[in-house]
Amino acid sequence: MPVIAECLVDAERVLPALQEAREKLDGAGGELVLNFSAVRRLDVSALRAMEHLAVAADDKAVKVGLRGVNVEIYKVLKLVKLAPRFSFLT
Amino acid sequence: MTSPASVSKQIPIPRESGNGHTSDTTLSNERMAYLEGLVSQARTAAAVFTQFTQEDVDRIVKPMVLAGLEQAPHLARLAIEETRLGVLEDKALKNMVATEFVYDYIKDKRTVGVIREFPERGLVEMAEPIGVIFSLTPITNPTSTVLFKCVMAIKTRNAVIFSPHPGAWRCCYEAVKIMYDAAVKHGAPEGVFTCLESHTLLDNAYLMRHKDVGLIDATGGPSAVKAAYSSGKPALGVGPGNTPVYLEKTADLDMAVVDVITSKTFDNGTICASEQTLVIDDEIYEVVLRKFADLGAHICNEKEAELLGRTVIDPATGFMQPMAVGQKATDIARMVGLSVKPKTKLLIAPIHGVGPDHPLSVEKLFPVLAVYRAKSVAEALKVCVDVNHAGGLGHTAVIFSRNEEIIRQFGELMNAGRIIVNSPGSIGALGGVYNDMVPTFSFGCGTGGGNSTMDNVSIQHYLNIKRVARRTPAHMWLRIPKEIYFNMNAVENLRQFPSRSTVIVTNAPLEQFGHVDIVRRYLPPETRVHVSVIPDAEPEVKVVTEGIEALNFYKADQIVALGGGSVIDAAKLMKLKYESPDADFDELGAPFLDIRKRVVEFPATKINHLRLIAISTTSGTGSEVTPFAVLTDKQRGRKVTLADYSLTPDVAIVDPQFVMSMPKGLTADTGIDCLTHALEAYVSLYASPYTDGNAIQAAQLAFHYLPLAYENPRDEEARSMMHNAACIAAIAFANVSVGVNHALAHAFGARFHVAHGRANALMLPHVIRYNASVPTKFMPSPNQRTYVADKKYATLADLLGLGGQTREEKVNNLVAAVERLLDQLKFPRSIAELGISKEDFERAMPDLVKLAFDDPSGRTNPRMPLMSEMADLLWSAYQGRGVAKSARAAQPQNA
Repeated sequence: MPVIAECLVDAERVLPALQEAREKLDGAGGELVLNFSAVRRLDVSALRAMEHLAVAADDKAVKVGLRGVNVEIYKVLKLVKLAPRFSFLT
Repeated sequence: MTSPASVSKQIPIPRESGNGHTSDTTLSNERMAYLEGLVSQARTAAAVFTQFTQEDVDRIVKPMVLAGLEQAPHLARLAIEETRLGVLEDKALKNMVATEFVYDYIKDKRTVGVIREFPERGLVEMAEPIGVIFSLTPITNPTSTVLFKCVMAIKTRNAVIFSPHPGAWRCCYEAVKIMYDAAVKHGAPEGVFTCLESHTLLDNAYLMRHKDVGLIDATGGPSAVKAAYSSGKPALGVGPGNTPVYLEKTADLDMAVVDVITSKTFDNGTICASEQTLVIDDEIYEVVLRKFADLGAHICNEKEAELLGRTVIDPATGFMQPMAVGQKATDIARMVGLSVKPKTKLLIAPIHGVGPDHPLSVEKLFPVLAVYRAKSVAEALKVCVDVNHAGGLGHTAVIFSRNEEIIRQFGELMNAGRIIVNSPGSIGALGGVYNDMVPTFSFGCGTGGGNSTMDNVSIQHYLNIKRVARRTPAHMWLRIPKEIYFNMNAVENLRQFPSRSTVIVTNAPLEQFGHVDIVRRYLPPETRVHVSVIPDAEPEVKVVTEGIEALNFYKADQIVALGGGSVIDAAKLMKLKYESPDADFDELGAPFLDIRKRVVEFPATKINHLRLIAISTTSGTGSEVTPFAVLTDKQRGRKVTLADYSLTPDVAIVDPQFVMSMPKGLTADTGIDCLTHALEAYVSLYASPYTDGNAIQAAQLAFHYLPLAYENPRDEEARSMMHNAACIAAIAFANVSVGVNHALAHAFGARFHVAHGRANALMLPHVIRYNASVPTKFMPSPNQRTYVADKKYATLADLLGLGGQTREEKVNNLVAAVERLLDQLKFPRSIAELGISKEDFERAMPDLVKLAFDDPSGRTNPRMPLMSEMADLLWSAYQGRGVAKSARAAQPQNA
């Protein structure tokens, strides 16, 4: 599956980064990779943005891969049942 | 505080009335979406909260508490305006307790990550938040309960959806909002608290059953609590009480009267822990009532009391009338039509019993107190029990007394989570003010009250507490006699044991051989010596009983047991019963899995003290150093095996002069028993470096010297070394037990009357092969890091110089060495050779397997012997050498 783009998510700009990622979903198909290795924690608004991103990606048939997600954030995504909506890359 | 923006616009919010009850019987889709939005919001907040550290949490809690304290009077005023219940000043006080006192209790408590450590037990407790809590709050203590729950939720990283009582919605909403704003301002996740903006029972039912709600915390009336528990969700449901108070004649009466008035009038009696029926000792009844009257209580006469009961208690339901709840005493008097002084604080009504015929004996959340005059302590306690059981189970009970024994008795009799002594019930039960109980606004009432907890609900109930349990190897030991003397003429050491009266326990042949004379010779000259000759067989109850009679008759202070295993076992049992006459052999023979955790304990109290010196005259059982003894009860047709280190002889003498005349057959049988002890102890689950050395040494000695002692019975060195080997092997198995070889041999030997050593010999090669293969089932054992039996056998083969390159070759060589030894000792090599028919053996098989399975010896075997595997082993032994692998195929189909 071709990778549309790989974006590094800045810990201080998680929300804008996720919004920008959503804009990159215009191309049909493929995979978008977000590098979360600098992100230590998600807040409620970031979590909502993740959910919106997942919905938009489904609409555009784009897979979203998350790289370098720490296990605390992974647990948060599990708790809100978002984990299955993404693939997790090492 | 947030509401789900997308849905709140569609939901009408009846804020004016604060009561959103509808008559719908099913939820509309719109309503469901609203409720789902609330849960989703709370779930997201709770998920985000999991990332917070203890420091993050504590940074939020403190400003929340300060906000609650600051707004305490404001919230009290709102509550009074809305509910018309209680006393403004008291409600303000409750709000302050719910914040300040609760904070004082929780501020230094850990609620994130590691919360407690028990290094000595290898245990660590860690906190896991619950997630989303659905919380019902009451009308009687509305804002204080909300403040309390908000503080607890943040401290424990949980999100809460509040469903306040409809009659207290606005004040609760305001309380939630104040807490929410303070929390979010200091970093709490948005949406951490939400408050249903109107609700029906359907809403509550929906949320109570919601899959994403982790816990229901229902503080309120019985119906709310029942609904919570009926939902199938984990719930903290804490409900009504009926507090009995015993005012006992030794109490400080002035203090008691003030405390009861303080408590029962606090917030007009709305705290469910407040006093309901005061039981007063006859001797102080009049004086106590006078004191109440002096301090502003109105003492009702019989007629007034009857009228009061009829008015404030619903005769149809037997419960209090809602109109009276939280009202002032003067207002209640007005309702009833009583004429009381304008400043009357409390109405006191005498009752003469408890139950439906005495309406005022139930819970009354208003300043009406029932009083009962008790003629005796017994009557007073009985009435308190009655009140406790009339709707107050698990809740609160109060006693005023200086008599510690009566306080203790009251504590035992009351089924109450809070038994308050010499203090006000309501404020006492809240904790932290009059005592050191946990401050709370939710009283757990235990199973008596249909609740999951009896505690004062607090942060620990808002957490899942995880236990990280580290592997802790079981403590092991090496327990042996205090002194062991060995080598030729070791018996001379008897000289150093002074005794006034010694009984030598032995059997007839040994006396005839002159062995008893040798022993006599070396006992100190001042010792009075008596000889008790017992049969050369496993000790029977009768033999032991007669032995004890002899010990008592001679006032013995020492036994010298001279003989084989049976004689030494008998002496152990005589000593036990002589020192502790109440010892019950049947009870002490009860089965156990782990000697350290056994149910039955051997007696610690001794009326006599006796030294037991064991001199072994065979080289096999090692009974002179073991903690075991077997007793045969012929009358009841059973054997009892006793095991306890208190049975271990005090002194063991391993002198080969007593075994020089052992016949060949006995030499072989006991020698193989010794080797089996060594090999089984070596691979036992409890084996340790302390016992391995003994086991290896004993095996080496047995392989080398047993054939020599067998072939040349007068070989002093061989006899001496085999005698040592038996003792050394016994030191090992006395501490780590044996294995399945012994379990099978015990079962087979008993059924077919085959000598123990011979039975062991028939099983031994097959058991080594079995233990050296990968187990079908591993035996749980914290001391074994991996399966080592095969490796240990290979190591032993190396030490014996048996050769072999691979582990398998070495194990095979060990088995071959055992088989060679058995051949040298001219043992039958199959059960079939003993003349036991296949049919007889097959018939016996179920019993053999059952007996072997029940035998405790098998429990320390390195692999868990399954019953089918024990049958395989028995069939292998039946068919003899070289059949282990094919035995299964050869055995009958129904075996």
